[in-house]
Amino acid sequence: MTAPKTLYDKIWDAHVAHEAEDGTTLLYIDRHLVHEVTSAQAFEGLRMTNRTVHAPDKTIAVPDHNVPTTLDRADPATMTEESRIQVGALDTNAKEFGIHYYPVSDVRQGIVHIVGPEQGWTLPGMTVVCGDSHTATHGAFGALAHGIGTSEVEHVLATQTLIQRKGKNMKVEITGKLKPGVTAKDITMAVIGETGTGGGTGYVIEYTGEAIRDLSMEGRMTVCNMAIEGGARAGLIAPDETTYAYVKGRPHAPKGEQWDAALAWWKTLFTDEDAVFDKVVTLKGEDISPVVTWGTSPEDVLPITGVVPAPESFEGGKVDAVKRSIAYMGLEVGQKLTDIEIDTVFIGSCTNGRIEDLRAAAEVLKGKKIKEGMRAMIVPGSGLVRAQAEEEGLAQIFKDAGFEWRMAGCSMCLAMNPDQLAENERCASTSNRNFEGRQGYKGRTHLVSPGMAAAAAITGRLTDVRDLM
Amino acid sequence: MEKFQTLNGVAAPMPLVNIDTDMIIPKMFLKSIKRTGFGANLFDEMRFNRDGTEIADFVLNKPQYRNAEILVAGDNFGCGSSREHAPWAIADFGIKCVISTSFADIFYNNCFKNGILPIVLPQDQVDVLMEDAEKGSNARMTVDLEAQKITTSDGQEITFDVDAHKKHCLLEGLDDIGLTLAKKASIDTFEASMQQERPWV
Repeated sequence: MTAPKTLYDKIWDAHVAHEAEDGTTLLYIDRHLVHEVTSAQAFEGLRMTNRTVHAPDKTIAVPDHNVPTTLDRADPATMTEESRIQVGALDTNAKEFGIHYYPVSDVRQGIVHIVGPEQGWTLPGMTVVCGDSHTATHGAFGALAHGIGTSEVEHVLATQTLIQRKGKNMKVEITGKLKPGVTAKDITMAVIGETGTGGGTGYVIEYTGEAIRDLSMEGRMTVCNMAIEGGARAGLIAPDETTYAYVKGRPHAPKGEQWDAALAWWKTLFTDEDAVFDKVVTLKGEDISPVVTWGTSPEDVLPITGVVPAPESFEGGKVDAVKRSIAYMGLEVGQKLTDIEIDTVFIGSCTNGRIEDLRAAAEVLKGKKIKEGMRAMIVPGSGLVRAQAEEEGLAQIFKDAGFEWRMAGCSMCLAMNPDQLAENERCASTSNRNFEGRQGYKGRTHLVSPGMAAAAAITGRLTDVRDLM
Repeated sequence: MEKFQTLNGVAAPMPLVNIDTDMIIPKMFLKSIKRTGFGANLFDEMRFNRDGTEIADFVLNKPQYRNAEILVAGDNFGCGSSREHAPWAIADFGIKCVISTSFADIFYNNCFKNGILPIVLPQDQVDVLMEDAEKGSNARMTVDLEAQKITTSDGQEITFDVDAHKKHCLLEGLDDIGLTLAKKASIDTFEASMQQERPWV
């Protein structure tokens, strides 16, 4: 009898193309996703060494970080010269190396981590990489998925493998049911609040428990997306009926006999009873509240009912970091989080730019208006999410409420395109990072769920979404 | 890739914890399609005012640290994005070694691809090195990768761990892709078996 294995162990073992005596492994990569910001130098490296793309059929590219999200974006004047060059380089590289490509003009274009699952490229049990840390998103399908640097992008392009050492196993269990108003975003942020941004370093997290099982695929993607904010390269959720139902019928999902064969294998992808985790964190679903970040690290998480904490309540190097955060964020110790006034709302990103996120925001916004003077935008994660939201009448709710209804892209999550905060502007954002300057120079970011972002747009301050339900 | 063997240089202290990739190289500088030239914008928002003038009390603007080749940093250095522009900027500035109690995983890997040695040490040893770094430009540290040893300016020795494969590549300046392509037969065999077992992939 073989030793019990975790889900991570099983996927790892199924992808070892070569293992050296010291454990250095060539891990075979099933899907390589590519975007414009971290790939140009890698393709250039291939050219300089006369190398080719080993498996163009397993390589999928889409521009997302730089692209404008305004309705007039077909006009090249909406992009800076540098952005045009970077997106142009991806156009050229995709064509030259013969990889799958969704250009800006394609309705299927969007954020790479939303497009991959939507098109059925991401399947259970796969290894998925991308030159982007939020590749962790794809772990929602029970795929081992993580971000890589540009040198590794070049390595995968040239060899379809990655040089890896196996990580450790960590289990994050969310037991029981969530309370009303609490979402996948609150789960994943609450976990980081518990473990810290370095707590997952060196681990692959498997999320388990009733509250995780109860989530839709969209919610599971939100949870895994922020595994990286907890320091873990990858997050995983074992595939189940919810996963199969999402995958079935997608353009690149297996069909007919292949579907049956795939399904039979996918059903073996779970952590065996008695498998050992190196670390276990357990949270009760009913203990999780709608949360918000107050500082400049994703670990600076508190329930919306809380107050800005005192630096002295922390330990070690965090004391100075918290002083710096509070000054940067323009807050006062003891200030109620619900008293923090905001001027900008951003709903979108690979964390919360899917249809379910838009539905959650629409539910709060229906029949309401955003506060006067508020800048509020909704940036769907893909052209197809946008189309669906229009079909479901959500777009009209957003426009009636006073939101800008944008085209798909990364947008203000990292503010590489013109969607940025100005100095000292304060944003309730459904994105994943509240680092200094992340959404614009001296901009201030509070991370929240889509419902909380919508609530803040209405009241003009950080708001407990439960008060508007 | 440039080899890393022994380094004797000035170490700059940056005790702040959670120094993220957006601090190391803000996104507006990620639009280049080259690997070079990022050093000018290393730590841009901490290092420069909006008008381009230097912020005098930022460590790398102080005369004694302008030519630092080693960074002694707070916990969880390099957290955040996968952008290799972060190590490109660090290397381009002239820093070849970063020492901390922990690094974010992707950043840590990216360093080795760019001739930078990231060293993980326990808090008490990082404290010793931080104190040494605070002495300024007269206090030069030596980092010997072959011997896996750091020597402080007053002769104190601290040993460190590093993965044998990564050490080998750094010492020799080896190209990973070349090494992997030498194992192409294994990759081809694996692909052929996958075609049988999981044809839907």
